[in-house]
Amino acid sequence: MTSRRDLLKAGTAGALALGFPAIVKAQSGAIKIGHLTPLTGFLGALGEYAVMGMKMAVEEVNAAGGVMGRQLDVMSEDSVNPATASTKAQRMLERDGVEFLMGEINSASAKTIMQVAARNKRLFLQIGARSDVLRGKDCNRYTFHVDIPVTVMVNAAGQALAREGHIKGKRIYFLTSDYLFGHDLAKAAKAFVAANGGTLVGDELTATDTTDFSPFLLKIRQAKPDLVATNLGGNQVTNFVKQYAEFGLPYQVAGFNLNTADAWSAGEGNLAGIWPTVWHHDLDTPGSKAFVAAFRQKYGKPPENHAWIEYVSLKIMAQAMNATKSVDTEKLIKYFESQAEFDLLKARKGYFRAWDHQLIQEAFPFTVKPKGQAKDKWDILAFGAAVPAPNQPLESINPPKSQNACVL
Amino acid sequence: MQVLFLLEQVVNGLVLGGYYLLIALGLSLIFSVGGVVNLAHGAFYALGAYGAVEIAKHLGFGPAMVLSPVAVALLGILFERFLLRRFYTADPILSLLVTFGLALVAEQAIRMIWGAAPLPFAMPQAFKGSVVLGDFLFSRYRLFLLAVVALVLTGIWFLIHRTSFGRVVRAGIQRPDMVAALGIRLQPYMTAIVMLGVGMAALGGALFAPISNVHPAMGAEIITVAFVVVVIGGLGSFWGVVLASLLVGVVRGITIHFVPAAGEASMYILMFLVLMFRPRGLLGERIEKFE
Repeated sequence: MTSRRDLLKAGTAGALALGFPAIVKAQSGAIKIGHLTPLTGFLGALGEYAVMGMKMAVEEVNAAGGVMGRQLDVMSEDSVNPATASTKAQRMLERDGVEFLMGEINSASAKTIMQVAARNKRLFLQIGARSDVLRGKDCNRYTFHVDIPVTVMVNAAGQALAREGHIKGKRIYFLTSDYLFGHDLAKAAKAFVAANGGTLVGDELTATDTTDFSPFLLKIRQAKPDLVATNLGGNQVTNFVKQYAEFGLPYQVAGFNLNTADAWSAGEGNLAGIWPTVWHHDLDTPGSKAFVAAFRQKYGKPPENHAWIEYVSLKIMAQAMNATKSVDTEKLIKYFESQAEFDLLKARKGYFRAWDHQLIQEAFPFTVKPKGQAKDKWDILAFGAAVPAPNQPLESINPPKSQNACVL
Repeated sequence: MQVLFLLEQVVNGLVLGGYYLLIALGLSLIFSVGGVVNLAHGAFYALGAYGAVEIAKHLGFGPAMVLSPVAVALLGILFERFLLRRFYTADPILSLLVTFGLALVAEQAIRMIWGAAPLPFAMPQAFKGSVVLGDFLFSRYRLFLLAVVALVLTGIWFLIHRTSFGRVVRAGIQRPDMVAALGIRLQPYMTAIVMLGVGMAALGGALFAPISNVHPAMGAEIITVAFVVVVIGGLGSFWGVVLASLLVGVVRGITIHFVPAAGEASMYILMFLVLMFRPRGLLGERIEKFE
């Protein structure tokens, strides 16, 4: 029989472990990692998924014995805005003693963190920001990029649109988010439309805090386009599609950016059109299936693409640290530049391109399931086949060196 | 053709202005009577939207539009009785701080309860689509929204200008000391005003939930607009707020017609211009206690 004294002892030990996890970890020499992502603002919903994916990956790695016998200790913080992001990144390196930085979704914030990484000569695994200039004109040798750049998104959705005859000889209306990411997306989309024989009949910028799109909807109706193509960021897309459905305009809608979380929150019957994504939870690979099942078990809902990308990003770092037996920035850069392959839970493995540090991987177009076919509220999207096709080189949807200004 | 397009933006701006009015009028009333800038006003707007989403799951769309604002209005009574009441005569910086703090707490509480991801919410199929009246395009849902706003507005105007309740409130704005000298306690009136004000904000949130994101920071988004409208309209004036709301909506529409990227900045430029020429706002009255 357990005595009262034993029970108390066990209870105290448990409470201590719960109350002071940082101390317990520190004693075994944990590897500290700084993780910044927007948790508030128009990208906050995506950041929440990112933190969930990160947590799950850390728990798995630590449960399997950590990296080089050391536990991982990831500090996740709200990056808020570009200025705060850079201040926090500097603080994490200087005062919190993190070995390297990971994270971000906002392209403008990613840009400032990249500068901090270069100044401190420390590695930054830039996970979720998609602006082309980050891996183009503004690239630096300390930063590696996991998510697909906007050119790939434009190619993924654009090829599907072109196949269904929405581009060639059509009148296309652009609505673009007025910040770094939106401008970049519009630039890539314009090049695609021009190359594929479409005509631009409208090209408008909208502030990132726009919640009411009705004046824009009136202008779209006045222009009478064949296709409305959006280059919007974060939850702006949701606002737009909700109000587009409200007004019931007859023109085909599409866009070059829509995250699954924002698609889920559009509400029944509001979403239509063709969109691109980097990963989705219906992907039929053993790795993805296991990940989705474990995520559902832990959080009670399917993972969004930002949960997936944070999850694989930490696994990428763990693989790199294990392979180099080091947390040293120079050694890690050398490993990534060796084009080592990483399991992304997709059919094909990915690798970092040595000259622009971009992770080369598959992307997917998606549409919306017809009414009545959804099994649950997460099951409203119909995902298309991976681009590029299995017989084409993975790199073919990425901007080639001749179109990329990156010099490391 | 160009003129017609512009006119369409003006009409659409008026509709949007009507919706701004729903949120700004309550803010203005609470400010005028109690001398408190309720920075937590947006939180009640957000609660109205979240409440509508929850209620609609069980009782449907119609009851959600009615019950959610009523529930939030009742919450407003507690807010006035236990928090706001302590700050009417205190230094204004205190009430600013406490309502600002409350707005942050409310936003984080929403994030903890419902998560950061926006909640999906759709309107009944019958409201979808638009109607063409003359040369103008209206969304069916916004016509419904406009009708509700007109109804509420008429009710509030009648209450303030044609009832004994309203007489005390109007007197209380100008001369609270005289009202007190006549043996009338202003406190129950203030409770009613706060209840009405936050109830209207919640109604705005519920009505806008089907056509915009229902997310934790939605209150912070709307409070700025409402505050700008109140400043442009001027304190203590019912028609000032009405005029300012419509003006902000119309100016935004016209701006987007010509310079789309400046759409959200237009109201701040308008505020700047109005304050340069009329520091009390368009129809603001001279209120002794604020001078």
